[in-house]
Amino acid sequence: MAFTAGLVVASFATFRVFLPGLLEGALITIQITVGGCVLAVIMAFVAAIAKMYGPWPVRWLANSYIEIFRGTSALVQLFWLFFVLPHFGILLEPITVAIVALGLNVGAYGAEVVRGAIISVHRGQWEAATALNMTRMTALRRIIVPQAIVRMIPPWGNLFIELLKATSLVSLITISDLTFKAQQMNQTTFRTLEIFTIVLVFYLAIASVITVAMRALEERAARGVARGRA
Amino acid sequence: MIWDWGYAWEIIPILAKASIVTIEATLLGFALAATFGLLLAILRMSQSNWVSVPTAGFVEFIRSTPLLIQIFFIFFVFPEFGVNLSAMTAGVLALGVHYGTYCSEVYRAGLANIPRGQWEASTALNLSLYHTFRDVIVPQAIPPVVPALGNYLVALFKETPLLSAIAVLELMQTAKILGSENFRYTEPITLVGIFFLIFSLITAAGIRQVEYWLHRREGF
Repeated sequence: MAFTAGLVVASFATFRVFLPGLLEGALITIQITVGGCVLAVIMAFVAAIAKMYGPWPVRWLANSYIEIFRGTSALVQLFWLFFVLPHFGILLEPITVAIVALGLNVGAYGAEVVRGAIISVHRGQWEAATALNMTRMTALRRIIVPQAIVRMIPPWGNLFIELLKATSLVSLITISDLTFKAQQMNQTTFRTLEIFTIVLVFYLAIASVITVAMRALEERAARGVARGRA
Repeated sequence: MIWDWGYAWEIIPILAKASIVTIEATLLGFALAATFGLLLAILRMSQSNWVSVPTAGFVEFIRSTPLLIQIFFIFFVFPEFGVNLSAMTAGVLALGVHYGTYCSEVYRAGLANIPRGQWEASTALNLSLYHTFRDVIVPQAIPPVVPALGNYLVALFKETPLLSAIAVLELMQTAKILGSENFRYTEPITLVGIFFLIFSLITAAGIRQVEYWLHRREGF
């Protein structure tokens, strides 16, 4: 028992060797996560509003986008953009492919979150906006969406963590993110247990940052909105 | 030529064969997830903090780290402890454990919704904890959460391409091999995408049907 414990301590004592490389990878992972999150939020709002209020061709387009990206696997989408787009003469940097694929994928899930939050705003708010002679777009922008945003923050937190976890897939299209670095080091040093444990802790740490940030954001956004029991 | 039908027809039988592996992995993974998830949910309800807190920590840890790393962990790290698993077993185990933690949250919601009277009645009838769970609580807790579990079945199905990373010969890996043999990725990868889309839509329709049956049975 003591021997095993000693062995664990001894083998983890050299983890500093792996840190620089893994940190480099973590930076790429964070870059893709941030880029993907921004794209996902934009796509989600555009798709949700197009699906709810657009004329029928736009609605149909938004619906197909949502169904296709929710219905197929994220890895298949990533490979499709990476291997198939060059055949159509579109050459993108791998990191751009990663951000676009993950952003579009999570954006499709996000669209339903946005739609649900907008629907859940009480009808009286719409009626009051109409009574004040606001156009539909103004009402949406100034009355409905600000209230909906408070409700959609917790599910967005989940989606951002999903996106973070999905960034591990980009290692399969030659991007040297955290997962890729881990595999590379594993192949040269065979310190499998340490490397993968450290990597898991890294991902957990990034996910915790997202959780904390989203909670702070929720509190900030909820200011001025009377919610729950008084 | 952007799309070659001749090539597409040629590879469809090969992909169809590989899709069996994908479906196998999905069903085995989900069977594991559904059972393991129930176990985690019950352990998490334990009155002893020595059981419930580590279980909760485990669930949170698995849920917030990527499945791909977990697959690598099981496939590459377990052999260091003398546990040698085939790629398929490691993959199914990783899928089952990862989605088991998701399912445990679903079960927890179902278990939490059982009226307290059911517990009190079980105590009054002097049922053991085991019988309370087996005969009273679990049979009532599961039907309402079946649709939510179904969503995770679809989600798990869509994650099976990750097994290609440890060279399980499922759909994605086969498509990649076909692509690199013929230098044509368009057809295999698009076909894989279509396959996933069709199966997801069929499964989603199936889940809606089950949901409808459950609602009717409970007389809503």
